[in-house]
Amino acid sequence: MIEWIQTMFAMLPEAVQTVALILGKIILIVIPLMLSVAYFTLAERKIIGAMQVRIGPNRVGLAGSMQPIADAVKLMFKEIIVPSGSNKFLFLIAPILSIGPAIAAWAVIPFNAELVLADVNAGLLYVLAITSIGVYGVIIAGWASNSKYALLGALRSAAQIVSYEIAMGFALVGVLMASGSMNLGDIVEAQSGHAGHWFIIPLLPLFVIYFISAVAETNRAPFDVAEGESEIVAGFHVEYSGMAFAVFFLAEYANIIMVSALTVVMFLGGWLSPLDGILPESILSIPILGFLLGSGIHWFLIKLAFFMFTFLWLRATFPRYRYDQIMRLGWKVFIPITIFWLLLLGILILAEIPPWFEG
Amino acid sequence: MHKIHRYLKSLFLLELLKGLSVTGGYFFKRKVTLQYPEEKTPISPRFRGLHALRRYPNGEERCIACKLCEVVCPALAITIESEERADGSRRTTRYDIDLTKCIFCGFCEESCPVDSIVETQIFEYHGEQRGDLLMTKEKLLAIGDKHEKTIAAAREQDSAYR
Repeated sequence: MIEWIQTMFAMLPEAVQTVALILGKIILIVIPLMLSVAYFTLAERKIIGAMQVRIGPNRVGLAGSMQPIADAVKLMFKEIIVPSGSNKFLFLIAPILSIGPAIAAWAVIPFNAELVLADVNAGLLYVLAITSIGVYGVIIAGWASNSKYALLGALRSAAQIVSYEIAMGFALVGVLMASGSMNLGDIVEAQSGHAGHWFIIPLLPLFVIYFISAVAETNRAPFDVAEGESEIVAGFHVEYSGMAFAVFFLAEYANIIMVSALTVVMFLGGWLSPLDGILPESILSIPILGFLLGSGIHWFLIKLAFFMFTFLWLRATFPRYRYDQIMRLGWKVFIPITIFWLLLLGILILAEIPPWFEG
Repeated sequence: MHKIHRYLKSLFLLELLKGLSVTGGYFFKRKVTLQYPEEKTPISPRFRGLHALRRYPNGEERCIACKLCEVVCPALAITIESEERADGSRRTTRYDIDLTKCIFCGFCEESCPVDSIVETQIFEYHGEQRGDLLMTKEKLLAIGDKHEKTIAAAREQDSAYR
């Protein structure tokens, strides 16, 4: 059977083969991604519940394990109400515009040394460009709804994302300087060695600023003024219902996982094991233990899970920022600190401080 | 000096980290959720739930149609009509409580000189039609008959304070 498929595949023209392979890889990324988004919503409700000394959903399936499926089924059967005063085309295209970039950005994320869909040399630029497009989904949704709350939410979100993009970009410049490459795989390779070689140590302020900006970029609490349910109902997606609403939700959570993955790749050595380069070959050759302690996709996933947890932890802890405080933080605190640290980083690199910047 | 101290404190996110450690601690605490249909909170004997009309042990209904409850009811939910019965005693012919008006204040129970109208510990009930929540004398007596044991037990528990 497998041989037959292989021979049939070899008979196809080369262009078709390439396209089929790429499509296969895309499916291999997108389906686990969508599943993890679904279960991330359950994790959110469970974890925030636990922090509020509650249990969280536990009725559907074993300990609530089927809750996301039930939610998805419910949302699919709900009617998508299009307000009569809205711009119907833009109204329906907006959720697609916001989930498209959230998924497309995954193309350049390296899961381990070989597992990457597109090994682009300008990977970091690609990520910055694609994630910035996501804001159009929010703005268009807010405008097309023809509702004042939606418009207010969209404007807040636009201003916020534009402000934090700058601090985020500067933080990434620091990573570029440290690694000397825009290829995400090369950035990880530049951090090889044990945990002490990871960029989080020389770039600690940039790491903190990057992560906080990432929370702001994804419109998550405590920066969720775009949604702001206590002030402007639900912000840009007040008028959305059913699957159109669910798609916004999927996009938000896919973005969270994406920025967490970027944090891991750029500051915490991606798939590298923290013991990389310390352990002797003899331990690494032990069948299971060697695999677990050696570098690989599981380290990437563990670090990713930690940052995803941190997103929920922040949401459970902090009240929403006031709008002017958000602007103050972005422009008057983060940008000066990043610029200062970039200067300092330049000096560190010129001085070739080991272990990060030698040679 | 104080200003610099405060500036550094906010720059290093000390207060935010403290907050995170608090929620992080609660993450591992024992959960207080009560899983309702399986677990229930204990109910006080003074609980004011669904109404009931009681009888004496010999089967005679307690209500003597004094209409104190009708008068005291702040929501005007009780309607009583009475007549002289064949044996010469005064009895109700109609005793309605509109549960859609009732505010469950318990004044009817307090005002009753013969402990006839009481509020039970039943709180899980519903009506499928509007009329289902209009309690008549028959319905109230039926509830009283069915739950006499728990009603009596609750009165007994609270007797020292009445």
